[in-house]
Amino acid sequence: MVSTQAQKSIFYRLHIDPYLLVGLFALMSISLTVLYSVAGYEMVYRQVIRLAIALAVMLVIAQIPPEWYQRWTPGIFIICVLLLIAVLVIGHTGKGAQRWLDLGFTKFQPSEIMKLIMPLMVAYYVSQHTLPTRLKQAFIALIIVIVPTLIIAKQPDLGTSILVASSGLFVLFLSGISWLYIAIALAGVIGFIPILWYFLMLDYQRGRVLTLLNPEADPLGAGYHIIQSKIAIGSGGQWGKGWLEGTQSQLEFLPERHTDFIFSVFSEEFGFMGVLLLLSIYILIIGRGLWIANQAQDAFTKLIAGSIILTFFVYIFVNIGMVSGLLPVVGVPLPVISFGGTSIVTLLAGFGILMSIHTHKRFNIKR
Amino acid sequence: MKRKRNSIRNHSAESALFLRRTLVVFLAILLAVGILISNLYYLQINSFDTYKTRSNANRISVQTVPPNRGLIYDRNGVILAENRPVYSLQVIANKTNNLTKDIERLTKLVSLTDRELAKFKSQNRYSRSFKAITIRDQLTPEEVALFTVNQHLFKGFSIQASLKRYYPFGNAFTHVLGYIAKINSRDLEKIEQRGERARYQGTRYIGKLGIERYYEDILHGQPGQRQVEVDSWGKVIRTLQFTAPTPGKDITLNIDINLQLKTQELLADMRGSIVLMEAKTGAVLSLVSAPSYDPNLFVTGISQKQYQSLLSSKDRPLINRATQGRYPPASTIKPQMALLALDEKVITEETKIKDPGWWIVPNSKRRFRDWKRWGHGLVDVFHAIEQSCDTFFYDTSYKLGIDRIEPFMRLFGFGEYSGLDIAEETKAIMPSRDWKRGRFNQPWYDGDTISIGIGQGYWTVTPIQLTKATAILARRGENIKPHVLRSITSAGETSTPVYETKPAITLHSSRYWDVALKAMQGVTSKRSGTAYRAFGDAPYTVAGKSGTAQVINIKEDEVYDADKISERHRDNAMFVAFAPFESPEIVVTVILENVGGGSSNAAPIARALFDEYFKSRHPIASKSAPDS
Repeated sequence: MVSTQAQKSIFYRLHIDPYLLVGLFALMSISLTVLYSVAGYEMVYRQVIRLAIALAVMLVIAQIPPEWYQRWTPGIFIICVLLLIAVLVIGHTGKGAQRWLDLGFTKFQPSEIMKLIMPLMVAYYVSQHTLPTRLKQAFIALIIVIVPTLIIAKQPDLGTSILVASSGLFVLFLSGISWLYIAIALAGVIGFIPILWYFLMLDYQRGRVLTLLNPEADPLGAGYHIIQSKIAIGSGGQWGKGWLEGTQSQLEFLPERHTDFIFSVFSEEFGFMGVLLLLSIYILIIGRGLWIANQAQDAFTKLIAGSIILTFFVYIFVNIGMVSGLLPVVGVPLPVISFGGTSIVTLLAGFGILMSIHTHKRFNIKR
Repeated sequence: MKRKRNSIRNHSAESALFLRRTLVVFLAILLAVGILISNLYYLQINSFDTYKTRSNANRISVQTVPPNRGLIYDRNGVILAENRPVYSLQVIANKTNNLTKDIERLTKLVSLTDRELAKFKSQNRYSRSFKAITIRDQLTPEEVALFTVNQHLFKGFSIQASLKRYYPFGNAFTHVLGYIAKINSRDLEKIEQRGERARYQGTRYIGKLGIERYYEDILHGQPGQRQVEVDSWGKVIRTLQFTAPTPGKDITLNIDINLQLKTQELLADMRGSIVLMEAKTGAVLSLVSAPSYDPNLFVTGISQKQYQSLLSSKDRPLINRATQGRYPPASTIKPQMALLALDEKVITEETKIKDPGWWIVPNSKRRFRDWKRWGHGLVDVFHAIEQSCDTFFYDTSYKLGIDRIEPFMRLFGFGEYSGLDIAEETKAIMPSRDWKRGRFNQPWYDGDTISIGIGQGYWTVTPIQLTKATAILARRGENIKPHVLRSITSAGETSTPVYETKPAITLHSSRYWDVALKAMQGVTSKRSGTAYRAFGDAPYTVAGKSGTAQVINIKEDEVYDADKISERHRDNAMFVAFAPFESPEIVVTVILENVGGGSSNAAPIARALFDEYFKSRHPIASKSAPDS
């Protein structure tokens, strides 16, 4: 049945997906609750403003039809790569890394835009050809992925470079690249690890990995963050210590409580049950995102939708993995929960694209 | 060409491919989430107890709350050592707005010396910024007031109140009370040895001298505990549990403040020592060693310069002369010597000796002079004591020999610790053949004994020993233990310690005591007695003995002339006495360094002290008939 104008809901006309929106609101409520516990009203207030801006950006992006993205992607991508190079040359140094470009009125982080534009660019390229993607195109796509990734890693910003790389690679994977190539690539990556370790990684990055492997070796130095984080999570137990009652966070034993380690605060105060609830919300959002990807009308939109939602999951996995001691500390925020300006805007812009894809269909196919 | 293939792409095949990949991805995501959850399950459920313990270890810190030190009173209840609140100015560097500027403004309110500023700056450089650093240790009340009014201008600065030991009478009680000072590494070692480390956790001061040291255990008390929650900076957030400390017990001394101050006043700027003791109990009423010093200096931390000047002073103020001063006893021990001679039947009451003014060791040419150059003439034991005839005792001691003198004198406490509850004490020297062999690797000569006979030579005593010996004499051989402590008060209950004494001295006849004591009474009551001028008109009966101790040896034919020899080499004046004669209540020892004769210098001071004592206790004292 062709859906009539009357059947189209108000959400559809506003280009909003109500399921995703509810999921995001649930996450935002959790975020504000935890932020209040960590830092009080002021930080909640600041985050509310950021969330409002991010929601506005999401809404605006959702209004733009996917064809526009397809048209603008190559140009934006090239500009973005140039900006990354500019950052390397003249960028601002924050926390020992060059990430910012001072535009006078605001500081701007081109690597954040790259997180969004990377899947679009790879999807743009591979969707020029039929799926599944052949070896030659896969190879060119890989170059598209690797160049910005290396520039960002050089800043150095390991967390973002992982996210950028994975968002591009997910497109390749979803475009149906042969399992054989994937296996070969994986073997290559594993072979690359020693080279990475000895020649490319900086001392502090190596330190983080070593700390991960044995945090107790240096409990007051490099291992301190991970140990305190694990103590916070572990001491939360099944039901948690209760809101505002987390001693590890309230007494400031935990580092970066409102940003990277916010999951530890949450786990300490709400326990294993809270963790299960949070992960369920994430899985529902991811499930909805993958469903939207499959509903998309062409290869380009399918690929970007799939990649955006997968990158979203990478955020979750890396953040929770690192604060609970499974992965090295690489500076990835917990999506929508962590306090932070640029990253929440980028994230919700991604969801805006998802909503745009879902609500701009040129023709309604009978299903 | 590629474009062409693009135009004929199979959309449903692509959708199917995409769906398959999506399903694979979704399964992978579920697997990854499964890994996360199992890890979290391991942390939160399996290892919960471990992490809960570690979390508590992070936040809970146990602090020791030091007890307040017990107070010290005199026998009338006058406080001699108290704990006074003192105020110190502290700053927590990372809480200030601008530390350098604040300090600059602060100097306008509180006068800070360059040394204090330099000390603060170096401390600030080396300590963590959230830790409180003391800028100024003791603020004057004006400074406290000034700062408090302006406190709002100094964020991060605060005034801390604490209790500090204070000795209100300054140098008057130093050699009795001693003082407390900061615990040093040697004290810590001792505390460790006694296994009292926990007890002293949090305590900064410990008794170093005198009563403060001797009764440290009683005065210190038991510390309490405070379990607190701290943040990662070590800052205390709240108290979880509190066990109050048990304050140290208060102690009351036998010392009588009026007598002590009077004694100090009488000593004026002389060097010497006076001990006043109850003859019946051994209670020390007054104990002074002069010169003294202000013990409060040591509580606040004495400067190196001040300490050096005390240490190198020729007057030796740090020495407690009453217990550590070794003086030749001189004639003050003649009564004991007479007792021994009577008991050993070397002399009798009737024995008379001719004194030409000197005495020669039999079968030698060595001549010993009497203090009276022209001699005392025919002298019996009464005369010998009353007028302090040396020749009589040269002869007597020669006949007795050191082997009989030394053990007998030990019975009176010479050469032994007095048992006083002040740890800084010397046994002084009661010489013997063995002692001389050990000390000089020389045999004992007869001449050595002759000097001993008049309390000179190798023999040295401390004022407290002399006091004890005089008391034993007054008590006709009954032993006594001198003590400063009167009672201990804790939680409203007062306990008085009981002291055990050594067995009494028994003589072959108690008549001998009468002889010695009667002779001593003659010293003060007979016109010819050496102390008649001081005591002749006393409204109570007194027995005493003067002594004039040579500090340097005077050659056989030389005449002692105080004006001709340097001040430090002049004679020590000594006087021992007890009163009333019939029922002795009080014993005194007066030793004055380098002032000359005992009867003319020391006896009047003893008189003044007895007057002071009887004035308060026996307003109407009757004097027994003088038997001169």
